[in-house]
Amino acid sequence: MSLLTAEKMTGGYSASHDILHECTVTADRGEIAVIVGPNGAGKSTAMKAVFGMLNLREGSIKLDGRDLSDMKPTDRVANGMSFVPQVRNVFPSLTVEENLEMGAYLRRDDISETISEVFELFPVLKEKRRQPAGELSGGQRQQVAVGRALMTRPQVLMLDEPTAGVSPIVMDELFDRIIEIARTGLAVLMVEQNAKQALEIADRGYVLAQGRNAYTDTGAALLANPDVRRSFLGG
Amino acid sequence: MEDFLNAFVLLSNFALVPALAYGSQLALGALGVTLVFAVLRFSNFAHGETMAFGTMIAIFGTWGLQAAGVSIDPLPTALLAIPLAIVVTIGWVLITDKLVYRFYREKKSDEVILLIVSIGVMFVTAGVVRFAIGVDDQVFTDGERFVFSAREFRTYTGLREGLALRTTQVISVVAAVICVIALFIFLNRTRTGKAMRAYADNEDLATLSGIDAGKVVLVAWSLAAALAVLAGTLYGLDKSFKPFVYQQILLPIFAAAIVGGLGSPVGAIVGGYIIAFAEVLVTYAYIRFLRYLLPQEWLPEGLAQLVGTEYKFAVSFVILVVTLIIRPTGIFNKKPA
Repeated sequence: MSLLTAEKMTGGYSASHDILHECTVTADRGEIAVIVGPNGAGKSTAMKAVFGMLNLREGSIKLDGRDLSDMKPTDRVANGMSFVPQVRNVFPSLTVEENLEMGAYLRRDDISETISEVFELFPVLKEKRRQPAGELSGGQRQQVAVGRALMTRPQVLMLDEPTAGVSPIVMDELFDRIIEIARTGLAVLMVEQNAKQALEIADRGYVLAQGRNAYTDTGAALLANPDVRRSFLGG
Repeated sequence: MEDFLNAFVLLSNFALVPALAYGSQLALGALGVTLVFAVLRFSNFAHGETMAFGTMIAIFGTWGLQAAGVSIDPLPTALLAIPLAIVVTIGWVLITDKLVYRFYREKKSDEVILLIVSIGVMFVTAGVVRFAIGVDDQVFTDGERFVFSAREFRTYTGLREGLALRTTQVISVVAAVICVIALFIFLNRTRTGKAMRAYADNEDLATLSGIDAGKVVLVAWSLAAALAVLAGTLYGLDKSFKPFVYQQILLPIFAAAIVGGLGSPVGAIVGGYIIAFAEVLVTYAYIRFLRYLLPQEWLPEGLAQLVGTEYKFAVSFVILVVTLIIRPTGIFNKKPA
């Protein structure tokens, strides 16, 4: 069984209308799992469900053998999950360093080592550590957001469209960093709009359509699959 | 040269020093308003009455201490009663939160609903205060009245004009400086303070990071209450305590907070002094001041007063309106909220 297993998730924002139908996603240590699909397929909803921001009617979420299905998001953070929302994912008036400190709010031990790890991963943040996060460029802000999420030393890092609204160069750079993060032994679960580029770095890919698993395979296999290419990747 | 000095001393005595003390009191009041706005996201109209409530407790404490023969002469006894007043007022504010505000917070009510709710709390608090201490003027200042009096100043400097420095004015400014420094250390250096700023910045992300909203709300109310007690007691020491005046002072306090930018602590302080100096300087009669500086034939007729002192609240209102037209987010807030 994988480190993170979210199985047969069924539910939606209201009790009467399901958005997800028996949707399953998993991610393992050192692996990047990517959820792609057309607009309205329930990609972000699936990730929010994994993180507990959505009440599921059915299905379970397990992390490292523990059942987190009934936990609040905060408790899931304490149990090894970390989530980077798509928007409003930094504290704009706090400095870069304070953003990282707040990421580690739940921790009571010494966080300086984790901070230097984040600075190693994103050197530009070290330069701008005393600057308010709101003054940084879009790409740098995204780095702060990812860095903040890493501060709890999570087992699973979840990213909701991390490259939305950043330039292609910044996107490549960010993906490189995400690969590095996965190499340190984290499981990365990511929702992406830029499906092709995301699947290129994915060990595992989930194509969702109308809240259901349409295709599940390795990233490379999905890219090579003519059906997937035709229906979801634009040829 | 001596004319110039006399003019300056005159202006200091009747306008600059009082404005500095009044500005400190407004700044402390506006800080409380701005903290509640930043964390709880509504304009707390009950803040003026919270000040009255806190001052009332400080007065009761003062009477008790005076009866027991406790004194810290030359300083006013009320200073000793402030800690008690802070504790009781925090208790009162937390009760109102638990009984009233929390219900609407959990429902995620609109900002404007919370504002109207706070008006209700304002009336209830006002009733409690008037019921407990009455509507009359209470003078509770004791100790040494002056650091130095106008006469002492004149003897010492040999100038024609005197400058009196009241103890309560010095205490107001010193207390404001200490409070502001302590507040900024708290907000920028401590874990809880940073968590409070984070919560004010981005509530959802703060919750995701494990910051306990309940605790942040508790700390924000407690700080606002403590600041209200200080602002109210200092104002009461400097002038006198009259419940009605504390209702009126809500306008300059809100004007100060809005001019500086609601939610910005620096803005609240700067706004407090802007409003205070504007009120005092616009309503000051400049005729004696001008007599020192201008030749006789240039002197204007009358008192050379821009508007009468009855209009001092209109001054803060005008500044408030101008701010809302030109820069609605205030001086220290960059983007529209």
